[in-house]
Amino acid sequence: MTGDAGAEAMKGNAPAQLEVRGVTKAFPGCLANDDISFRIEPGEIHALLGENGAGKSTLVKIIYGVLQADQGDLIWEGKPVTIHSPHDAREMGVGLVFQHFSLFETMTVLENIALAMNDVRDMAVLRQKVIEVEKTYGLPLDPDRHVYTLSVGERQRIEIVRCLLQNPKLLILDEPTSVLTPQEVEKLFETLRRLADEGCAILYISHKLHEVKALCQRATVLRGGKVVGGCDPREETAKSMAEMMIGQKLTAPDRGKQREFGDVRLDVTDLSLISDEQFGTHLKNINLKVRGGEIMGVAGVAGNGQNELFQALAGETEHEAAPDSIKIDGKSVAHFGPRRRRRLGAAFVPEERNGHGAVPDMSLSENGFLTAFRRMALAARGLIREVPTRSFADNIIKTFDVRTTGAGAEAGSLSGGNLQKFIVGREILQDPGVLVISQPTWGVDAGAASAIHQALLDLAAKGTAVLVISQDLDEIFAICDSVVVMSEGKMSKPRPMADVSIEEIGLLMGGLHDLEGNATPANDMEETGGRVGQA
Amino acid sequence: MEWLVPFILTVITASTPLLLAASGELVTEKSGVLNLGVEGMMLVGAIAGFAVTASSGSAILGILAAVVAGVLMSLIFAFLTLSLMANQVATGLALTIFGIGFSALVGSKFVGFAIDPLPALSIPGISAIPVIGPILFGQDFLVYLSIAVVIGVGWFLAKSRAGLVLKAVGDSHHSAHAIGYSVIKIRYLATMFGGAMAGLGGAYLSLSYTPMWAENMTAGRGWIALALVVFATWRPGRLLAGAYMFGLISVMQLHAQGAGIHVPSQFMSMLPYLATVIVLVIISSDRAKIRLNAPACIGQAFRPAQ
Repeated sequence: MTGDAGAEAMKGNAPAQLEVRGVTKAFPGCLANDDISFRIEPGEIHALLGENGAGKSTLVKIIYGVLQADQGDLIWEGKPVTIHSPHDAREMGVGLVFQHFSLFETMTVLENIALAMNDVRDMAVLRQKVIEVEKTYGLPLDPDRHVYTLSVGERQRIEIVRCLLQNPKLLILDEPTSVLTPQEVEKLFETLRRLADEGCAILYISHKLHEVKALCQRATVLRGGKVVGGCDPREETAKSMAEMMIGQKLTAPDRGKQREFGDVRLDVTDLSLISDEQFGTHLKNINLKVRGGEIMGVAGVAGNGQNELFQALAGETEHEAAPDSIKIDGKSVAHFGPRRRRRLGAAFVPEERNGHGAVPDMSLSENGFLTAFRRMALAARGLIREVPTRSFADNIIKTFDVRTTGAGAEAGSLSGGNLQKFIVGREILQDPGVLVISQPTWGVDAGAASAIHQALLDLAAKGTAVLVISQDLDEIFAICDSVVVMSEGKMSKPRPMADVSIEEIGLLMGGLHDLEGNATPANDMEETGGRVGQA
Repeated sequence: MEWLVPFILTVITASTPLLLAASGELVTEKSGVLNLGVEGMMLVGAIAGFAVTASSGSAILGILAAVVAGVLMSLIFAFLTLSLMANQVATGLALTIFGIGFSALVGSKFVGFAIDPLPALSIPGISAIPVIGPILFGQDFLVYLSIAVVIGVGWFLAKSRAGLVLKAVGDSHHSAHAIGYSVIKIRYLATMFGGAMAGLGGAYLSLSYTPMWAENMTAGRGWIALALVVFATWRPGRLLAGAYMFGLISVMQLHAQGAGIHVPSQFMSMLPYLATVIVLVIISSDRAKIRLNAPACIGQAFRPAQ
């Protein structure tokens, strides 16, 4: 709020590192930023909170010079500035770690860094500097490796190193921890605290409110393009901040009463798979059993075989898996394609929304038709039944509160979170017997995430076996009954959620898999499955 | 052995237009733009070069005119695909069809004209050395230029910062945009370079290879140049080798007939494409090879996200 910022300005004599004053930006059909004002002091770690579509990304793009504000001023160290391009922003001392990495896969780490520097005269000098920064901040990276060979955590390090090389005075991080293990997050926080101690201002954007609480000293909350308040995250709870963001009371997912589990509906036995992707992960002896009514979480850092597992379960990879390695409701489906598996009552929600989960150039109702035409009887004699198809899409939009202009809108025009709600809704409303869902709430705001979580819990309560592949441990702890961890294509034995700690999972994710993995002969697995049942 | 020197000379002249046009297209494609209009740009370059040389008597002016004509053609393509975001494949095909018709229209007045071919380099003494002399030191300057261009392109892509930026734009236009590079501007420049080189390749045909104008005189060389870029997996070194290999194949039929060996000419003219298909099969069996060299964004229109 303007008054808030004004009061702050009066008590501090030194100019703010950056003051945003009355910034307004309109896009056709929406006011993305409406008179936004706040200030960031040097050495401060400032959180910017808000749901998807609250205007955070637009604001960041204005500060980084990707977009220009329609109205309002940016005051940098007390002087009004106009930032025409990212080049200008970097020149001034603004660094940005993107949510979706802006990296070039086929190039080396050093080349990627050089591309984001304003002037590079000599690659040898740059290499030296990179190595220095890596040492100083404890961010090990081999400058000559190609990006496609790196893990997500390492890729993020490139983004951070390339910001640090410019000696930033303001570092902006957009959802930086969504792909990191808890240990990696801790490491990142150390680096950030150290930078702040050196006087660098940090603007931190995250949906993970307990992280904001642990790291940030001040927060500005956006809703619908406006500043709706500020707070000290250290004195708030994650829940109170989430409520400030969505503007209403937040209800924790209702897990219902102690659930009864039925028969095994998804049964994976000794599934091994050689990935034909050059940089894919081979699956090694995967075993898991999900029973009706159970939600099982698959934790793990991205790139440890989760994509391969999803594709194998969904029937997307043609492979030579043993005939009985995958069973749905007792029927062996290892050699079935996705449609035959869907016919048996399975449903799948992939991680990638545009292009994998939905066809971006097609309307929502057409996208709804694509996976649901059989179960929802949307086709007759080879023709699309327009009315039921449209009402199915309308039903998804209504039930899952998808913010869109209507069922005729192109899928690609929706924001990530809204499209995710649509895709999840499309599968859940088909009432599947087995649901495999990958990263259900990645990049989705708190309000929508809790709606998706509730929908998954309700679905399980009706007897569906749900397998949730997620990197978000909070999510796994919030909704799952049991958990397995994937690391380098191997899977830990299932553990009931009740007797496993977040630290243990973190260690398993980091690859300390063999500690227990080897100690578990294959036939032990049955037993474990039984134990989970009693939990 | 006396057939050898003329044989090598014809290989060089057959390879040079391919090398010029393909070097330009390689740069265009590395920036993520697929311009299928090479054939059309070559034809327009050929007639522009020939018409200006025939009218003015100056081969230098003719060559410059060919470059300008190629650039103008590529600008039509760039405007349609980069500014108006038309489909690149369809636009490229249209550009070729347009180039064939337009060059025939302009060229109708010039059929039957004769001009002096481009002068060959002549260094007293050295050019007269048997075998080496005529091959290495007796070519016209476009031949040397074509070699210089492919070496220059190789250096530009591997060593220069601008080359790195160009590859970055072809690899991920969204990342490049987010970092602050002007994707559209860089692609315009790369496309224009492609046009200039195609025009030059066309000029070589009408000013040196066969110093005359005939309708559709490129006879599919633009398509071979396109195939050559893929054949070379977007690497300038392989492009050089490939251009000479394709040049060799295309002159072999003449020499085979001369030697009394009967190979159907249709078979010989399909060999470059057959070789490209085989190479495509080989490289697509190993995704790493494609992934490391092929521009990931090729053919995709870039719309900056809001």
